[in-house]
Parts: sequence; structure tokens; C-alpha cells
Amino acid sequence: MGRNDLARHAFALGDDRPMSSTEIRRTALDALHRSLGATMTDFAGWDMPLRYGSERDEHVAVRTKAGLFDLSHMGEITVTGPQAAALLNFALVGNIASVGVGRARYTMICQADGGILDDLIVYRLAETEYMVVANASNAQVVLDALTERAAGFDAEVRDDRDAYALIAVQGPESPGILKSVTDADLDGLKYYAGLPGTVAGVPALIARTGYTGEDGFELFVKPEHAVELWQALTEAGEGVGLVPCGLSCRDTLRLEAGMPLYGHELTTSLTPFDAGLGRVVKFEKEGDFVGREALAAAAAKAQENPPRVLVGLIAEGRRVPRSGYTVVAGGEVIGEVTSGAPSPTLGKPIAMAYVDAAHAAPGTEGVGVDIRGSHEPYEVVALPFYKRQK
Amino acid sequence: MSNPHHLRYSKEHEWLSAAEDGVSTVGITEFAANALGDVVYAQLPDVGSTVAAGETCGELESTKSVSDLYSPVTGEITEINEDVVNDPSLVNSAPFEGGWLFKVRVTEEPADLLSADEYTAQNAG
Repeated sequence: MGRNDLARHAFALGDDRPMSSTEIRRTALDALHRSLGATMTDFAGWDMPLRYGSERDEHVAVRTKAGLFDLSHMGEITVTGPQAAALLNFALVGNIASVGVGRARYTMICQADGGILDDLIVYRLAETEYMVVANASNAQVVLDALTERAAGFDAEVRDDRDAYALIAVQGPESPGILKSVTDADLDGLKYYAGLPGTVAGVPALIARTGYTGEDGFELFVKPEHAVELWQALTEAGEGVGLVPCGLSCRDTLRLEAGMPLYGHELTTSLTPFDAGLGRVVKFEKEGDFVGREALAAAAAKAQENPPRVLVGLIAEGRRVPRSGYTVVAGGEVIGEVTSGAPSPTLGKPIAMAYVDAAHAAPGTEGVGVDIRGSHEPYEVVALPFYKRQK
Repeated sequence: MSNPHHLRYSKEHEWLSAAEDGVSTVGITEFAANALGDVVYAQLPDVGSTVAAGETCGELESTKSVSDLYSPVTGEITEINEDVVNDPSLVNSAPFEGGWLFKVRVTEEPADLLSADEYTAQNAG
């Protein structure tokens, strides 16, 4: 053990690019996390819970029972006005105008050259009102891009990052827990839908979304209601094994579920087609959109001359692949690990990696990861590693 | 958390027991185990190999990181904890007891090993 190892460890989570502001931000639940004994970490300029106890136990709780997350670092941006839909269709790659009121869509915002600026969830709250949820590390970039792209549209882009706290309850017990503290019609709330309601006495936007691979809900509330809601959910989940969960298990949960993380699987040097997510780009929608030309070329190129492919890797041994490690075959570098962790569900180290198309087929022989100089054997598999039984 | 007074400590968060017949037991502290998070893999030095104070002799993998393991003393490895190899979570659940890592026949001790109080003060600072 060394001091540097511990220092490195504390900042080894996800996309930890430094913020322009040096002031660390704290969520409305900060004091509560500390009272629960959370280990905190700097994540995209926010002081966030990394874990409360064992991150493996938290991971297993979400897979088998339920977990409670503070995700208040996520960046909410509200877009309103008669041309809100037209603006988002122009600014984002998806067909946002076709999203029904009360529904949500996973989409991306790209540069003119097709590079991914961020992946987003867009909720249509009303005919002329949308909420765009960006990654904490990209919230300013997304806000700036939307504001710039709004020129000429009859629509307003509003920074609502400080207007919301976000609490997620995820896992198979989450519908029962939430039902006990709300009268909202949760059975009628489909995956990727959101409705306004009251939860534990406080007004909330209730969304059936998540980043864990489990059924679950994300609750957007005013920051001043966050503590009350957290405590009510904690009490409601007491009998069914709900535990507070930190960002560490959120990362292993999303990795098992094959979900990309910005800064790892998604970057400005990749298009959605490079990331295997070309389906989010809707060329058939009305009007022009930022990146259309470059993305059309990227789509054609992906057909003729496939780029590196995002695959899953499962270790045969016990050493863990980490982001940036090279993937090798026959002594040649054939790819790079973008995310890696010990998988609590599989009981083995797993990774996502971009590899040359020739080595991307599940079952490809002879693929390894260079783990600090030694080539450890890995099995190539299709993503995701884990899919819940519905 | 409290650091047992019958042990001595390295600045790098290893603990060392008093020698019995010249052999000391080594592990990592609770402070270190907590900072690492769940340990999932322990690569320990080979029995019979020689380790040197302050030098890398293995590694510990946790969910988010891999950390080098240093030996707090110079000597020959006489035994490694096979229980930890099979169940690395022992490092988290019992860092000062069942989660010990290796035993070493000490030939040389550095002068800067810390007492429990000194080690506790280091981490508070």
C-alpha cells in the first residue's frame, strides 16, 4: 500500500475530468450522507457518496432487493416554448418531437463533426416543455451547446441544475417501496416514462428510468424536499432490504448492464455509430440537425468498413482490467479497455472494450488484456453481461 | 476505528506484529482497507522469496483500483494467508486478524516504523 495508491483510489471513479471551478459542490443530502458514514469522492466537481459500506453488498442489494441513490449531481436543463420540440430536433440526434408527453427518450448531443458531446435522457413534461438530463461532467457543455443552438428558435433554454435534487430507488423491490409512499399510478408508468405526482408528501417528477439494469425510479424534487423524501423512502424500504448506495456500485451495475459511461465508452472522438449506438440517430426526422452530414458519412463507413466494435470481455483469471489497458491477440494490440471492474453478479472481472472488428465476434479465441505487463486471457462476449428477468 | 497497540505500522499502511521466533505477521490496516473498498484479489509474495522494506511485494485489487503492496520489513517469506487468497474480503472484514497477508522472517527493520498512536496521528493529519 502506498499513500499515492490511496490518493489515486479516491479519484479513480468514472469521468473525473477537473471542473473549471475549483469549488466543490455538495448536494442537499450531504449532511445525511455523512451521518450515514459514507465514503465521499470528488465526481465531476461534486462531493458524492462513493459507498456507505461494502460496495459489493450495495450492488447485490440493487440486483436482489433495492438501493437508494443520491444523483443530484446530474444536470437538468429545461427547454420551453412553442419551438422547444423543433429546437431539440435540431440540437440533438434523436427525434424528440415524436416523444409523447409523459414519455422519455435516451438520446445524444453531437458536434458538427459527429463526435459525441454527451448522452442524455430527455423527458417531455408538456407539449412545449422538456427536461434534458445531462451527465454532471458535461452539464455546462450541454447547456452552452443548447443555448447556442437555440438561436433563431422561439424557445428558452434554462439552467435548472440547482432547481432539482435527484433521488433514485432501483431494484426489484422498488415498485413496492414507492407504492407505499405515493398514490401515483406506478403500474401505468412504463419504462422510460415520467409523470408529476406526490411522493411522501412532496411534489416530484416520477420517472421510470435508471442506470442499473434493474426496474426502478428516479425522483426529481426540489432540493429542500430531498432529505424528507430520502428519509421516507428509507423507512418505506426498511422491511424489504433497501440500502443506501454510492456511485461505486452504480458504476458496476451499469457496467454489468452494458450501459455506456461518458468519458469511457463515449467521447468527442467517437460518433454514435462508432459506439454501436447508431440507432439513436434519426435521419428520417424533419429538418436539419447538428452533425447530420458527418453522421451520415459515419453510418455509411460503419456499414462498409466497420470501426472498432464495443464488446464485453470476461476474465478467466482474477486480475481486473482497468480503463486504458490494451487488448491484445497474437502479440498485437487489437483494442483498448474502456471500463473494467470485478463483477459481483458474475463473480469474475469484466470489461467493456473497443476491439478491431476481426476480433469482435463472441467466442473469438486468443484475446487477452495486458494487465501491467502480463497478458491475461479473456473471453469475448456480446453485451450486456447481465439482463434482468422480466 | 482503532489501531491495536501491540502492532507497529509503516507509513504505507501496513501493520507488523512483534516477532515470535524471528517471524512477524504483516497485513494492511483498517484505514487502508476502508480506503480501498472491497478487496477482490490479493497477489501475495511467494513463500521462500525475499522481500525488502519499502519495496513492492504484491498487489491488492479492489472494485475501483489496484494498489501495490509493500513490505514493511526486509526478510524471507515463511507463509502466506491462503484464506485471503481464496476470500480476499477477509482483508476488509478482519484486517488486523483473519485478514493478515504474510509472515516474514525479519532480517532487517527500518528505523521509521510507527507506534499505533503515531500511525493514528499520521492519518488524522
